[in-house]
Parts: sequence; C-alpha cells; structure tokens
Amino acid sequence: MKFLAYLVSGISLGSIYAIIALGYTMVYGIAKMLNFAHGDVIMIGGYVSFLAAKNLGVPPLVSVLIAMAVCTVLGIVIEALAYRPLRSAPSLAVLITAIGVSYLLQNSALLIWGANPKAYTPVVSGTLQLFDGQLSISYISLLTVACCIVIMVALTLFTGRTKMGKAMRACSEDKGAAQLMGINVNRTISLTFAIGSALAAIAGALLCSFSPALMPTTGSMPGIKAFTAAVFGGIGSIPGAFLGGILLGVIEALARAYISTQLSNSIVFAVLIIVLLVRPAGLLGKYTQEKV
Amino acid sequence: MTAGSLKNQNPPGIWDAKMPQDVRVRRDPLVPVTRTSFLPERDADKTPILECIDLGITFGGLKAVDNFNVAIGRTEIAGLIGPNGAGKTTIFNLLTKVYQPTHGTILLDGKDIAAMSTAQINRAGIARTFQNIRLFHNQTVLDNVLIGLHNEMEYGMGSAILRLPGYWKAERIARERAMEYLSLFHLEGHAEELAGSLPYGAQRRLEIARALATNPSLLLLDEPAAGMNPSETAELMENIEKIRDTFHIAILLIEHDMSLVMNICEGIVVLNFGRIIAKGTPSDIRANPAVIEAYLGRKGAKTL
Amino acid sequence: MKKLSKGARSDLITYAAVILAFIVVSVLKSNGSLNRSQSGLLVPICCYIVMAVSLNLTVGILGDLSLGHAGFMSVGAFTGVITAMSLMNVIPSVWLRLTLAMIVGAFFAAVIGFLIGIPVLRLTGDYLAIVTLAFGEIIKELITCLLVGVDSEGLHIIFNVSGSKTANDLKLLEGGRVIIKGAQGATGTKTIASFTAGFILVMIALVIVQNLIRSRQGRAIMAVRDNRIAAESVGINVTRYKMMAFVTSAALAGAAGALFGLNYSNLAATKFDFNTSILVLVFVVLGGLGNIWGSIIATVVLYILPEALRGFANYRMLIYAIVLIVVMLATNNPVLKTYREELRAKFSRKDKKEAADT
Repeated sequence: MKFLAYLVSGISLGSIYAIIALGYTMVYGIAKMLNFAHGDVIMIGGYVSFLAAKNLGVPPLVSVLIAMAVCTVLGIVIEALAYRPLRSAPSLAVLITAIGVSYLLQNSALLIWGANPKAYTPVVSGTLQLFDGQLSISYISLLTVACCIVIMVALTLFTGRTKMGKAMRACSEDKGAAQLMGINVNRTISLTFAIGSALAAIAGALLCSFSPALMPTTGSMPGIKAFTAAVFGGIGSIPGAFLGGILLGVIEALARAYISTQLSNSIVFAVLIIVLLVRPAGLLGKYTQEKV
Repeated sequence: MTAGSLKNQNPPGIWDAKMPQDVRVRRDPLVPVTRTSFLPERDADKTPILECIDLGITFGGLKAVDNFNVAIGRTEIAGLIGPNGAGKTTIFNLLTKVYQPTHGTILLDGKDIAAMSTAQINRAGIARTFQNIRLFHNQTVLDNVLIGLHNEMEYGMGSAILRLPGYWKAERIARERAMEYLSLFHLEGHAEELAGSLPYGAQRRLEIARALATNPSLLLLDEPAAGMNPSETAELMENIEKIRDTFHIAILLIEHDMSLVMNICEGIVVLNFGRIIAKGTPSDIRANPAVIEAYLGRKGAKTL
Repeated sequence: MKKLSKGARSDLITYAAVILAFIVVSVLKSNGSLNRSQSGLLVPICCYIVMAVSLNLTVGILGDLSLGHAGFMSVGAFTGVITAMSLMNVIPSVWLRLTLAMIVGAFFAAVIGFLIGIPVLRLTGDYLAIVTLAFGEIIKELITCLLVGVDSEGLHIIFNVSGSKTANDLKLLEGGRVIIKGAQGATGTKTIASFTAGFILVMIALVIVQNLIRSRQGRAIMAVRDNRIAAESVGINVTRYKMMAFVTSAALAGAAGALFGLNYSNLAATKFDFNTSILVLVFVVLGGLGNIWGSIIATVVLYILPEALRGFANYRMLIYAIVLIVVMLATNNPVLKTYREELRAKFSRKDKKEAADT
C-alpha cells in the first residue's frame, strides 16, 4: 500500500514535469533552442495566480486563467525581443541569451516580490480516501494527472490535425522550406512560445499547489528536471515528453522513498544518462545520421 | 595526352626526394588473384590495390549497392560512373567505412579491412574527397593540409605542450611538405587564408591536396570537376595524371564529366540501381548498349 | 624561426599581458591601494580564469557544449582540501602542500573527466550538454553525502547515503580533525591559497592550452570540431582527441578547484552547482569561442562587474542580466556584424600593405 502511495505521488509529480516538458519540447522542436528561461516563466505564473487569488479575490481557476494570459504575453514578448533577433545566430549565443532572460526574470521577481517564500493556497484541497483510508490521494494529484493527460491529447490533436499545428511541424523540420510554402515562420514560432508559456503557467499553479513555498527560484530546479524529462523521452516529441515526465517523477519518488533522499536527483540523472547511452535520441526520439 | 601512359621519364624532382619509394613497397600477395576484371598491363603481375568482392549494403530493405566486384591496379586511374542515385557515393562510403557494408569483402592491398574504422582505413592507405566539399572551413589553407599530415608527424602531447625539440622539428618538416602539396595545386599563395574563403574550384583542389597529404595508396575523388569551368577541368585532368605519375598511386574517381572520364580513366565501371552494368576500357564503355540505355533511356538507345 | 606566425605572436602577447597585470596588481596590493574586499577577489578571479580557459578548450576548441564544468572544479576543490589538510602535520611547507593539493585535485578531476568522457563523448549537441549537466549535479550530490576526517591513523571516510550519520560517526582519535562535513562541505580549512599561486596556475593553464592548440593534437581537435567526418577521413582518431581535450580541460578545472577550495575556510558543495557552470560558460561565450585571450578579459570584467555594482544593491544582478542579453544581441546583430567585418578587412588590408612595403 505504501508503494502504491509513492507511485501515486510519483505520477502526479511526473505529470507536472510532463506539462513543463511539453512546453520545453515544443519550443525546442521548433526553435531548436534550450529555453532556460522556461522554468522562470513557471515561477512568474505561480506568482501571478497567487497575487490574483490574494489581491483580487478571484476563485483559483480564474487566477490560473489570469496567470496563463500573463505568461502567454510574457512568452511572446521574450521571444520577440530576445530570441527572434538571434534566429540566425549560433545556438550557443541563443543559449546564453536564454540564461540572461532567466536571470532577468528571477531578479525582477526578487525585486518586486522579495526573497521570502509566499504561502501559495492550493488550487483545490482535500484528499480522496481509498481502501478504508489506507491510501489517500489528494485531489490536487488527481487534477494534475487529469490536466496533464488533457493537455497531451490536445497538443497531439493540435499538431496533427489543425492547419496551425501542421505549420508548426513544417517549421520544425525546415524553416526555409516552410517559408517558401507560404507559412509565416515568425508567427508560428510566436504561437509555439505562447502555448509553451501558457502551459508553464498551469504547471506553475499546480507545482505551487504541491509545494506551497513560492520563491523567485521556485522554477529553476523543476525547469531543469523537466528539460531532463524532455530529453529522456526524446526531445521534440510530444508523447516522449509525456512519457519522460511521468517516468522521471516516478523514479524520483521511488528513489526518495527507498534509496536516499539526498541522492534522489542523482538517481534521476543517472537513469537519464543510461537511457541516452542505449538510445542516443531518448526513448521516443528519432536518431538521424549525418548525410555524407 | 595518351591515357594510361606512365610518365615516369619526367618526375618533378621534389616529390621523389621527399617521398621515398620504399614507403610504397608492398609485401607479397596473400590472396590469389583470380577475378574477371582486368588490370592495366603494368599492374597485372602485382596485387591489386583494391579488390571488392560481392560488396553490398541494404538500407531498410532497399539494396543500395549489390554484388559489387571490382579490382583496381596499383597505378590505375579508374572511373566510377552512372546516373544520379546509382549508388556511386555509397560505394565510396562503404570503402571508407562511413557505412558498414551489409555483405561482401574489401581487400586493400590484399588485406581485409572489415574490422577497421574510417580513421584506420585512411592510415591503411585510402584517402578521399567529398562530393559536398568537407574542408575545415574556419582554419587556414595551410592548416587544412597540416591536418592531413597529422599521422605523418610523430610527437606526443607532452612535447607539444613543453615545446620540446621534437615538436619544432616535426612542425618545420610538416610545414615544408604542406607548402609543397599546396604548390602542386597552385595554392601556395593562399596558405594563410581561411579555407572557407577560397573560391569553389580552389576548395576542391585543396581537398585533394589534403587527401594526398595523408600519403594514400588509393585516392578516391568524388566528382572532382563538379562546378569547374572547362579550363579548370582541363587543368584538373592534368593534375590527376600528375598525381598518379609522381606518387605512383591508384585513383578511383566518380565523375559526370564524360570527356574527363573518357580521357584519363584506364578502366571504367558503370553503375545503375546499385549494380554494375558494364566494366571495361573507355572504348568498351562508349560502345556498350547497356550504358547508353542507362544514360539515355531505352528510346534514346534505339535512336543512337 | 625567422618570423613568428600570427597565432604565436598573439600567444606571446597574452603571456606578456598576464604577467604585466600580475605585476601591476601586486604593486597595488603591496602599497595598500586595494581594500580588503578587492584583494579578496584576486584568488577567485585567477581560479575562474583557469576555469574559463579550460572550458574554452571543451566548448570553443573541441566544440562540445559542457554544462557541468563546475563538477570538475568541485572534485578538485574537495580532493585538494583533503590533501592539504591531511598533510598539514607532515609537510610544513605551504607551497609544497599547495602544489601537491593542486596536482591531486587535477589528477582526480582528470580521472572523473575520463570516466564521464566515456559515455558523454559518444553523444553530440544538446544531448551531450544535458548529460554534462546531469554529471555536474550528480557530483554535487555525491559530495554532499561525504564525511571525511583525518587523525593519526590516517583518513576516515564515510559515504553518508541515508543522511543519518554525522561527523561523530567518523570516530576520530584525539587531535583528529573533520575536513568535510556532508552538506556543510569543507569546514575549518586552513586557507593557504595566494594570489601568486593563482598567477602561476593561470600561466600554466595558458601554456598548456595555447601550446596544445598550436600542435598536431590541437589541430586534430579543431578538425573534429569543424567536420567530424572529414577528420576521420584523414585518419584522425576522433574519440582519442575528444577525450584528450575533455580530460585536459577537466584536469585544469580540478587544479583551479583545489586553489579555490584552499582560499576559503568554509566551502559547501552547493557552491559548485549548475549556476557556477553557467557562470563560467558565460565568460567563455562572451570572451569568444576558441579565443583564450577573450576568455581572460571576459572573466575579469564579468567577475568584477557584479562586485562593482554592489552600490546598486538588489539591482546589480538585474543589471548583469540585462548586460548579458544586450551584449549577446549586439554581438550577433547582422548589421553590426557586417560593419565589424568591414572594419577588420580594412585593417588587415592595411597590415598586408605595410608588410609589402617593408
């Protein structure tokens, strides 16, 4: 029963990683950049929904919607100001800029909201008791898993079925060719950042519902973990990000429970390394060889 | 210019001096020479430098190259021709182990190279150029050739960092030799320029110089004349023969320029859909109906 | 050599500039022009210069993005501290102990670099980056679990996986001392690092990296970076040279770490986290990939900048972030880039003309 409890908490933690990783993977797929600022967008999302709930008194769901709107705009602005001018620049320059944006967001948050952790009120509270109370699952866990599945399915349908989604896939394969086919590449990339950032806002609210201490650095570690999850599943692949996120969460929860709390991150990273050695492009990624 | 005559009478002195012939003295044949292909008369009594036996590769069910049997003489200039997509570059990739053959044997100077990596094959004696030029673009022309001379220099990391006398000596000799290779291709004036800034034709010449610097016994040239104008092509033809005559090596080239192939190649292999459809001397090939059909289609073959 | 090549000349200029800077700073220090906090920056700056120069070998020369360079610094720092502290009673000479600590630090970092290199160098691009990041984090957590003490019987080491053990479990004899206390890191370290030692280490790192670049090994490493397939086709053993660059880089980072560790009486493993790796990477990228001289300048400027901005208190990291973004945007702006190239072309033409005249 205990194992089941750990498994459930692993899956719900993994669902949060998966939601963040979905945003990461979409942005990576199309812009071919490691957006290190993604984790900090999560943090901003957390703060916005926190403040909306506290100062405006809106219900939790509305506060999350407000956070999504703010993060969407933020994502588009970041892309337009910081990343778009570097479209043809070497990838390392974009990486450093992303790190700069990450510092900028963190330190802005530090200035505006201070370093003291804020106590975030969970979006939903209460727990579901199963097996005569032997296994308790919080509603927030259930909500997280549900959100994650809905988002995954919606994104798969969006990229597979809609015109915009197809444009997105075209851009991720070959920007030049997509442009020649009449696709507005800049707008497509903006849209991708908008979706990724909106997902980050949802992830922010869910993350803070789990561990209510909200700080300017809240997003960093989950950001890195979600990035790991995206690579784990095969970066650029939507089902891959989902699978990677869930697996990562479960491994982390079980490692923490049964092996060592201190080494839980190490174990997660060690599994990542082993997976990459066996499958160099992640679990569901495609490995392409350079043409000679 | 008569194709296939070894112009040993007038070697440009420096090469013989710098490149002692003993480097190229080969041991006795291990594998009995029994094959259907022909070799130039002067090479007939020696082990062929390259022998492919039933070489083939399959990409996901598609036989990109199949049943490829060829032998190349030690000082032969051979041509590999065929329509686009026939599998010519794939064969180069198989010979240099960029791709692992699915089946078949490659004998380099009588030795099986199955277990070797790309780098080891180069050290064993095959050098190549690429269809889409692969220079070290951000490095100077001279450095490109020096990288080709990598395995000709011998000093360890320790002497490199401490700048021991061995370092200075090896570097000086390598630089002199690199300049000689460059001058063979009229590139000595561009030594300090970035390789990427050279015009297209010069980049192709530099790639050949770099390949030659690795001291090969077989040189593979992938479309050396692509993108060259007629006068550059003419010069290239002279150069290819000059390379063979001065270094006494075999050259296998892929080329679409038929006048070049017919003029300088002694043996020609024609490939279509991954299979050899004809082998022979230029005059054999010119008269072969299967070749004409492959290039012009059935209808074109009839009208000719 | 009758005429120095352009590269050799710039190497010599780098050495001269570093020596000159050392002399100037030493004079300023001895006549009291530097205050306490300023002179406190000197050793860390030297360490970070070595870090940047060594990371440039991996990222700039070899062309593989590493996000875990701080991990090697960490290995060097803690093995170096253990060495120096456990030999305190055996070797009285500070210089000898410091040298030994740096050699041991470099050695262990090189060993770890080799072990990590086996899996890492089979990957490419962003996958390689994430795995180096992962290794950096793993090293950090492993050191957090470490309890080390020394007494007359020798070293006592506990690997505290469960997190339940404390320094008392080391069971040190009378007169023994605890060197590393788990999450607290190295405590009570006798600080023996000095600016002169830092300067010497910088010079050694420069000699190693610059001489390596201008050798057949260095050319092979750059060939692998520029075109792996072409490098293989001219007989270069790609794995061997990747490993050579990676391990050399790790060893230098280890030596820098040892010096760094012996500069602070207390040092936690969390100091060498992902952010430190990124900090060094920023030095390298802003200084210019493959540009050793640039790495030095960028390190000095960017390390001093946040300190100089102390007056702005909370705004300093914000300003730092903005500077970072603006510099990246400006250096990669196509218009400015063409302008710069034109300027450079003009200068080089002038150079050639002068050369032709003489």
